[in-house]
Amino acid sequence: MSELGQGVFWLSALIAVVGALCTVASRRPLRAAFGLLVHIVGLAAILLTLQAHLLAVLQLLIYAGAVVVLFIFVIMLIGPDAEAPMRARGWGVRALNFSLMAVAVLAIAAPLASHDEPWVAVEDCRGQPSSECRPFGGVAAVGSALFREAIVPFELVGLLLVVAVVGALAIAQSKAKATKTSAAAKPIPSTTGLSTASTLASEEG
Amino acid sequence: MQVGLGDYLALAMLLFGIGAIGFLVRRNILIQLMSLELMLNSANVALVAVNRWHPSDHVGQVFAFFVVAVAAAEAAVGLAIIISWFRLKKTVESDVASSLRH
Repeated sequence: MSELGQGVFWLSALIAVVGALCTVASRRPLRAAFGLLVHIVGLAAILLTLQAHLLAVLQLLIYAGAVVVLFIFVIMLIGPDAEAPMRARGWGVRALNFSLMAVAVLAIAAPLASHDEPWVAVEDCRGQPSSECRPFGGVAAVGSALFREAIVPFELVGLLLVVAVVGALAIAQSKAKATKTSAAAKPIPSTTGLSTASTLASEEG
Repeated sequence: MQVGLGDYLALAMLLFGIGAIGFLVRRNILIQLMSLELMLNSANVALVAVNRWHPSDHVGQVFAFFVVAVAAAEAAVGLAIIISWFRLKKTVESDVASSLRH
C-alpha cells in the first residue's frame, strides 16, 4: 500500500472511531445520528482504501442517504421525548462495565492487529482494452459476481425489502387505527410523556 | 509501518466493541438501534478487508452487499416498531418495554 493510502487509512479510521464514539456516548439522539453520519463517511473512505469502489458508493447512498435520514426523520417525529434521561449509575459500576468491555475488545483486537499477510496487488487495466478488463471492486466485477454466483440471494433480498416495506407500513397503520378507535372510545388523559410512562411502568410492575 | 490485513480486522473489532457497548449500556432505544448499525458496518469492514487480500473472487464484497441490504430493511422495520411502540408508551426508554414479561 502506498504512503498516501496508509495516511488515508489512519485518517479515515480515526474519523470512523470518533463518529462511532459520538454515536454511542452522546446524550441527544440527533447528535448520535450525526455521529453515525460521520462514522459512515469515514467507513466509506476505508472501503475506498480497500479498492471496494462500488461498496463505498453504496455505503454512502444507502446509509448516509437513506438510513441516517430515516433516523433523523423518526427523531423529529418523536420530538423532545426522544431524549431518554440518562440513568445515574455509580462510577464503580460504570468503570467496571467499560473496563470489562475494553479488555474483551483488546484481547481479540491485539492478536488480530499482529496478524499479517503479504500485500496482494490487484491487477489494474493498463495496456488492456477497457471493454475486456474488469477492475477489482468496480461495478462490472462486483455486478457480474453478484449476478453469476448469487442471483438467487439477490432476488430473495429484493423480496425481503418488499416485505420489510409492507411490514413497516402495516405496523404503522394498524397502530394508527388502534389509537384512533381507542381515542374515540376513551379520551387519553393529557399527561406528559414521562409521567404516563412511569404510571404505566408502576401498573405493570 | 505497513498497514496490513490485521490492522483492518483490529479496526473492525474496535468498531464492533464500540457498537456492542453502546447497545448494552444505553437505554435510549433509538441509540441502541444506531449501535446495531455500527456493529453491522464493522462486520462489513472485516468482510471487505479479507476479500481484498484474496482478490481472485468477490465473495466478501457480495456478502457485504447483502449485509447492507438487510441492514436497510432492519432499519425500516425497526424504526416503524419504535414509532408504534412510542405511541403506546410515550417514551423511548427501553427499560419500559416490559409488556411481554410474565
